[in-house]
Amino acid sequence: MNILTQLPTVLMIVSPILIVAIGGMFTERSGVVNIALEGLMGLGACAAASTHYLMETAGFGRYSIIIALLVGAVAGWLFSLIHAVASVDLKADQTISGTGINLLADGLTIFVAQILFNADRTKEYKVGMLTDKLGLYPTAYIAIVVVIVAWFVLYKTPFGMHLRACGEHPAAADSVGINVRLMRYSGVMISGALAGLSGACIVLTQTIQYTSGTIGGRGFIALAAVSFGRWTPLGVAGAAVLFGGAQAFAVISNNIPALTNLPSEYFNILPYAVTLIALIATSGKEYAPKANGIPYEKGAS
Amino acid sequence: MKTKTKNKAFIDRLLDSNIMISVLVVVLGFLVGTILIILVGKNPANMFSSIFDSMFGIAKRDGTWNFRYVGETLAYSLPYILCGLAMGLPARVGLFNIGAEGQYIMGMTAAQTVALFVAPFPGLWFLCIVAAMIAGSLWGGIVGLLKSKYNVSEVVATIMLNYIALYSSRLICFTHPGASTYNTDPLPAASKLTKFLIPTSNFNVGVFFVILMVLIFYFVINKTKLGFSMRATGYNKYAAKCSGISDVRSITASMLIAGSFAGLAGAIVLLGGAFPNGRIITSMDGYGFMGIAVSLVGNNTAIGNLLAGILFGILKNSQSLMQSRSIPKEITLIIQGLIVVFISLRSGLEIVKQRRLTKKLREEALSK
Repeated sequence: MNILTQLPTVLMIVSPILIVAIGGMFTERSGVVNIALEGLMGLGACAAASTHYLMETAGFGRYSIIIALLVGAVAGWLFSLIHAVASVDLKADQTISGTGINLLADGLTIFVAQILFNADRTKEYKVGMLTDKLGLYPTAYIAIVVVIVAWFVLYKTPFGMHLRACGEHPAAADSVGINVRLMRYSGVMISGALAGLSGACIVLTQTIQYTSGTIGGRGFIALAAVSFGRWTPLGVAGAAVLFGGAQAFAVISNNIPALTNLPSEYFNILPYAVTLIALIATSGKEYAPKANGIPYEKGAS
Repeated sequence: MKTKTKNKAFIDRLLDSNIMISVLVVVLGFLVGTILIILVGKNPANMFSSIFDSMFGIAKRDGTWNFRYVGETLAYSLPYILCGLAMGLPARVGLFNIGAEGQYIMGMTAAQTVALFVAPFPGLWFLCIVAAMIAGSLWGGIVGLLKSKYNVSEVVATIMLNYIALYSSRLICFTHPGASTYNTDPLPAASKLTKFLIPTSNFNVGVFFVILMVLIFYFVINKTKLGFSMRATGYNKYAAKCSGISDVRSITASMLIAGSFAGLAGAIVLLGGAFPNGRIITSMDGYGFMGIAVSLVGNNTAIGNLLAGILFGILKNSQSLMQSRSIPKEITLIIQGLIVVFISLRSGLEIVKQRRLTKKLREEALSK
């Protein structure tokens, strides 16, 4: 079997990871760690799956996909506000707040499914996203646009420069009149919206309903990609392609004769093991934004 | 005037008391959960009656007393308490151990490997437990070493190790006799934990180990030199270092001990459960993640963890009753998630405290 014929599958799996990883990069460049990406993806996926099912049955046709994607992004954005309030305004421990949102998302998504559909999953929709002439899902193009826009915004606009300043040295940024609070809120909200969008992309391309296993650790893979990609758009995109590719191989290895005997678990482990080794290898060198994860207190330093 | 000062003192006392804040946070979690249930048009009384029944075993509807519920609640509490301790000990050293889940998985895998490969003898279960504690301890120890020697963030490292544990466990369990996609041959009877006190439930002798671990936690933290070093490192790593306390030792030791707690939890769930076969897990059980919540509610103390663990056991056991009374059982997860979110908002109280202090000082200065 030609490996090229698998390209659409690989891109289908890589794209959402790429999107959410870019979101993770934004929040960390602004100085807030967001380990709730996993949960926010789940909320986005559940919202998108429910919206698409309800609108499909109501007869909205193909518009329903676009609206479902938007609803997913909005759901992720809304819940990321909890993290923003906690970590920016109340100077909370960002790991605790992120863990809380992850737990909340686990419960809330299935709770909503129980209320709407009387089951522990959303109802199956009939037609998800359709592929184009090349056999690619639109999510691949969305991912490419997200990466390019992210690079442009981060390095070529004043907003991007201010955002990065808040992640490196918020006190210095504050002293030249940059609104640290606004920048950090923006970082978290971008990550929330992109996580929700990414969850929606997963649920509309790779499956037909939302279940508790739909996200399956991809949010944490994105976190790994952010640190392995050293917090730059191209680096993070490269890491996401590598890690997403490993995930894809876990799925398609059964179709490749040379790999059928190799358990897919080896591919599943890859992103996590590579990141861990990279963290050890680069220990002592600081690639992370300097103020990442540290609440900013005005006038404290 | 007098009542006002008294009132003020009460609020200050409330803000200073960790226990009161824990209680407040739990109450708030339940309150929001109840509002949510009302909003979706269900009857919250069904939720509370489920929790009550699973707590005391009294079926209020027909007045019978079913002791089995109490046993199940306590059985569910055991892994929660242990995973809470696994989060709590490193927290005292200033580490955030999200890795209890991975340590739990490695413990469970080790216990299952010993149970299936060692020829059965009467003390096999004990050997399984020891193996689980060692495996969990090593898995936690890696994190301690990475943190202290290489300065790798323990949050990222433990998240990575959780997933490495999940897939490694699958690879290991595929080699076990009778391995299918989700289970293996039945575990030998000698490896199972004996039922205790309430034979109709899954409550088992694992409880003695849990009590032992709670006591060990208490004594290590409060009564030993090692515990003192750990707390000193937790308060201020650099100050501790300057007074000759090795942070490498404190951090690694705390993660080794924490890992053994979580590993034990894995063994207890595997060997104490009703399921006769060995497991090949496809996803995480979640006890390790919930341990974070347990420990946060319990303020990282031994007794706090014990009580919070029982609370979470009650919620877990009440899930099936809730579902049968048309309350979506995920409300318990929502309440637990809310509790953690509210705890993270606690730092906001520090800001309130600071403001009150500034105001008080200003008033005093002005009155002079």
